[in-house]
Amino acid sequence: MTQENNIDAALSTENASAFKSGQEDFIQQGASDKSDEVLIAVKDLKKSFGDNEVLKGINLNIKNGEKIAVIGPSGCGKSTLLRCINCMEDPSSGSIFFEGEDLADMKVDINVHRQKIGMVFQQFNLFNNLTVLQNIMLAPVVIAKKKRNKNKRINFFRSIANLFRKKDNRKPLVPLGKSIAEIKAEASSRAHALLTRIGLDDKADAYPATLSGGQKQRIAIVRALAMEPKVMLFDEPTSALDPEMVGEVLDLMKKLADDGMTMVIVTHEMGFAREVATRVLFMDGGVIAEENTPDKFFTAPASPRLKDFLSKVL
Amino acid sequence: MKRSWNLFYTQFITYNGYKTVLNGLLTTVEIAVFGLIIGILIGTLIALVKVMPKYKLLPRILNRICEVYVGFFRGTPMVVQLLIAYYVLLPAMGIPADGVTVAVVVFGLNSGAYVSEIMRSGIQSVDAGQLEAGRALGLTFWTAMIKIVIPQSIKNILPTLGNEFIVLVKETSVVSFIAVTDLTKAFRAIGDANYEYVIPYLMLAAVYLVLVILITVGIRFMERRLKRSDARK
Repeated sequence: MTQENNIDAALSTENASAFKSGQEDFIQQGASDKSDEVLIAVKDLKKSFGDNEVLKGINLNIKNGEKIAVIGPSGCGKSTLLRCINCMEDPSSGSIFFEGEDLADMKVDINVHRQKIGMVFQQFNLFNNLTVLQNIMLAPVVIAKKKRNKNKRINFFRSIANLFRKKDNRKPLVPLGKSIAEIKAEASSRAHALLTRIGLDDKADAYPATLSGGQKQRIAIVRALAMEPKVMLFDEPTSALDPEMVGEVLDLMKKLADDGMTMVIVTHEMGFAREVATRVLFMDGGVIAEENTPDKFFTAPASPRLKDFLSKVL
Repeated sequence: MKRSWNLFYTQFITYNGYKTVLNGLLTTVEIAVFGLIIGILIGTLIALVKVMPKYKLLPRILNRICEVYVGFFRGTPMVVQLLIAYYVLLPAMGIPADGVTVAVVVFGLNSGAYVSEIMRSGIQSVDAGQLEAGRALGLTFWTAMIKIVIPQSIKNILPTLGNEFIVLVKETSVVSFIAVTDLTKAFRAIGDANYEYVIPYLMLAAVYLVLVILITVGIRFMERRLKRSDARK
């Protein structure tokens, strides 16, 4: 209980990095001074679909720079947990703290927070009606445009109100920043840079239907990165891929991990989990049944259920 | 048969029957086209209400209203709706209105109910992952809808919408119930002149057939255009 209060206190203040659990000493990545700041705190999360309770109380702290692999048998709720973190599924109860706000609270504007939580789907979900470049540019441009329009509206009303104010009492107008052409140009050059990084810049004007599964998934990852997220959620990113394409996607994810991105990965790729993850969770029956560092997790599983699971998949 | 032709010819050319027919044709097309336009507007709005997330109260109330609306207009015959509008509602409100306007509005309202279902199924035929991916990037429901889902649904909607237009064109033949001279009434008037209906009614069928064939060709042309923009190379 005291620890929970600690989390609350830490997350509600500006100086969230003051909170240190002191238990996690296996963080290798994210050399910045924020490395042990709790980025996402999941508290007592429950989720039911009708009578079926899929998540039965999940508590999880995700720290900056951590790479968490979530494994478990099908139907254990790993995907649901991931989808609850950015509220693609609304939690039945419990809370998800991200940047000091509870995402499970319906009053919170979830769209603002989703911009900082990248998500990659099993089925890629590239926008079929847009080219690769447009896929990547869409969200950054739309959101920047909206911000600009909102400021424009504010300025409009302010300038009217200023007519009635005394000279020294007038409110200054909000600077609009970049023009829409500049926003687009910037998003485009960033998209090209990202595409070049994954070696697919020649596909910029292609439609998703012409791409291979591996290419689609890598572009889906890059599309999420274009929003400059603080954390990336991967929902079985390689499960729908042909075997020969799994490698290219895992390679990209590994590069991302090396760059210090905070990642939560639901996966069946045990080798990848062992190599890249800083912490591995085993979910079973809607709870986190076991969690450990990858080495201990795979070599010395504690619970019989995990031993049984590992013996089947390894 | 010869007599029938002669009587038709006299009535059609000598007594200016063709003018009535052309005016009737214009009325028919007018009611169908404007009815469809109104129907598309109403149908789109209803379909959007139906696919909206229903957490809040307002969408739920709107949804209820749309359900009642669709239920009424699909549950009663078009003729009855025309009769109610022309002989009950307008006199009750004391509004003088001509039959064509009433027909356009009623056809629009009626087809709106059907078009809403076409639109809804078209929108829902787009993979749910598309909307989800948009939302996961932080786009609002409406932005994701407008930029991603609706453009993809148009390809599914267009053929069925063409079908609705064809139905609408043929359904207009009931507007004579409210004293509008459409294509059907014009040809019947020619027949009434001599109580000789063989040629007028066969001609009437032929004109409808040609209209529908023209529409079909038009739809096919549009579909091909859409497919061309879809050629992903």
